[in-house]
Amino acid sequence: MAEVMRPEKFDISNDTSSLASPELLHVLAVDDSIVDRKFIERLLKVSSCKVTVVDSATRALQYLGLDGDNSSVGFQDLKINLIMTDYSMPGMTGYELLKKIKESSAFREIPVVIMSSENILPRIDRCLEEGAEDFLLKPVKLADVKRLRDSLMKAEERVFKNIKHKRELEASDIYSQLKRAKI
Amino acid sequence: MQRQVALIKQSLLDQGYLDEQFMELEELQDDANPNFVEEVATLYFKDSARLINNIDQALERGSFDFNRLDNYMHQFKGSSTSIGASKVKTECTMFREYCRAGNAEGCLRTFKQLKKEHATLRKKLEQYFQLARQAGPKETARRPK
Repeated sequence: MAEVMRPEKFDISNDTSSLASPELLHVLAVDDSIVDRKFIERLLKVSSCKVTVVDSATRALQYLGLDGDNSSVGFQDLKINLIMTDYSMPGMTGYELLKKIKESSAFREIPVVIMSSENILPRIDRCLEEGAEDFLLKPVKLADVKRLRDSLMKAEERVFKNIKHKRELEASDIYSQLKRAKI
Repeated sequence: MQRQVALIKQSLLDQGYLDEQFMELEELQDDANPNFVEEVATLYFKDSARLINNIDQALERGSFDFNRLDNYMHQFKGSSTSIGASKVKTECTMFREYCRAGNAEGCLRTFKQLKKEHATLRKKLEQYFQLARQAGPKETARRPK
């Protein structure tokens, strides 16, 4: 008689404390200042994030495939977990970029954080109203980045746990079916 | 020698050339990236030289486009803040206030002072980084958790 494999032998980790980690958070950072780009990139790498840095909102849209030249079909594999953008940039501002992202069906769920050297309340309000996840005053602190990362990781972990739980139920279901079939 | 490096840094902080942001940058260095701060500083001085040049040209033309000047200075102030260049940042702020007041004379005066502070900081940091490189990796490298 073939031995029916128990669910534990399936390729599912039962150890929920050290979760097989979801992929590293991938952050898209947008800033026209070369010094700030270097700085934010380092902050994010130190916080164990994967980083893509661009120097303008236009380039950010190109990267996301939202610039109108490409359909977003080719970008389905692009997984961005967070966008951090400077507010004051020549050409398109961070605020305008935020609006474009929130208008896009493909990317509107991605949290967008605005960074600014100026503590202007109406500006902050406007960004939050438009759906910004957070507004950070420059210079950005490592603590700010870690806080963001932690809250995003929790959200990702919840999604991951749900998927895992679902798989466990499916595996358990198969096991029960096989066991019944044995009889 | 490391003590000498530490003393130089402390004096730059005490004299107000640098602020805590510089320390924050150093916190981001580790064994894999031991020269991060120097790399940032290099980028800063290259970028700010460009801005100084643009502002110089704009001022030499004699026509005071205060919006444009303020724009340049906004960038300058931003990167100076990111590296912790405290005195330079202060001059940037003053320059912007003169721009907003439409005070050409004030702009010229402040810009002269700004260039001086900028040059001084550049020299001091060059000395600092050279010594730091000679002294080797610091004991204060971030410990892995």
